[in-house]
Amino acid sequence: MDIISIIFILAGTFFFATATLGLLRFPDFYTRMHATGKGDTLGAFLSLIGLALYNLHDGMSFDALLVSIKIMFIAIFMFVANPTATHAITKAGLDCKVEPWTKKESSQ
Amino acid sequence: MRYIITFFILFLNWAIWSGKFDAFHLALGGISCLIVTYTTHDLLFERKQFSFKDITEVIRLIIYIPWLIYQIVLANIHVASLVLNPRMPIDPKMIRFKTKLKKDISLVTFANSITLTPGTITADITDGEYYVHALNKKVADDLLSGEMENRVAHVFMED
Amino acid sequence: MEQFFLAISLTLGCLALLCLYRAIFGPTVLDRIISTSVIGTKTTVILLLIGLLYQRIDMFVDIALAYALLNFIATMAASKFFRVRGSIVPGAKHFKEREDIK
Repeated sequence: MDIISIIFILAGTFFFATATLGLLRFPDFYTRMHATGKGDTLGAFLSLIGLALYNLHDGMSFDALLVSIKIMFIAIFMFVANPTATHAITKAGLDCKVEPWTKKESSQ
Repeated sequence: MRYIITFFILFLNWAIWSGKFDAFHLALGGISCLIVTYTTHDLLFERKQFSFKDITEVIRLIIYIPWLIYQIVLANIHVASLVLNPRMPIDPKMIRFKTKLKKDISLVTFANSITLTPGTITADITDGEYYVHALNKKVADDLLSGEMENRVAHVFMED
Repeated sequence: MEQFFLAISLTLGCLALLCLYRAIFGPTVLDRIISTSVIGTKTTVILLLIGLLYQRIDMFVDIALAYALLNFIATMAASKFFRVRGSIVPGAKHFKEREDIK
């Protein structure tokens, strides 16, 4: 059980790290949304699953089960809320007429 | 009918989040859930009639989720490879296409699925037209092939 | 196991500091909104890790949920503000009218 949760948390941290690197490296606002919208959702989801599993490691008592269910609730909430926030910010960018970065402009 | 379903969803949430199962706390939760159900009953479900089709939709949605998670893992590996590649081979562009989906819930599910799958995010939906920002041409073509749209249409019985 | 959790919390904290770069020097205000939302997501996980370290996970899980909800609402509110305003340039109050004149 411990090993599975360690694997989950490490994978989540890896995706968090790629999301952050993408946030720093990508050239414009829309492409940064790609990195954060996906990497953050999966990173949080995997880390929270790992924590919920670890929380059950010493016996399935009622309290521990309740806490694990709560952690899974947070995970599901983030799973729905993160893409929605991504849409909202992207739409704000479109409405503010932020120009998308394209490859041709950079080669000129 | 929708009053009862909303009340039970709210009450289940109350029971899980309070974590106390004595009569006092459950009664408090029941009263507050009744008030919230009365004031916001039309937010969660717009329709008044329910049928067996709704149960099938829920089951199909649960079957759809593992495929979505597999796609999300693919998407993250794709983004990670782009980020860790020093030359960063991206060629972003906006695409727009018409959709055949009609219901609000299927539009929302499809938009969130687009955002979570490789290389594409939804920017806007107006009059059944999706505006999608794609990272390169290949993922845009994958999206336009319409596989995911057919899956979502199958989940919400629009095919 | 505790050391592992401590290491993960420190890693996430360093990643949050890296995001702070984008929040401070971001070219547009939308970049800042994204990076605060990313920091909020990381903080939710860090809160749960702290709860496991202090063995008070039953209390910290409620705080983490409140933090996740607030983070989502703050992001939505900020993006809605800029959507209605229609401009990300500071001080451009009548951006839309000026464009009509052109």
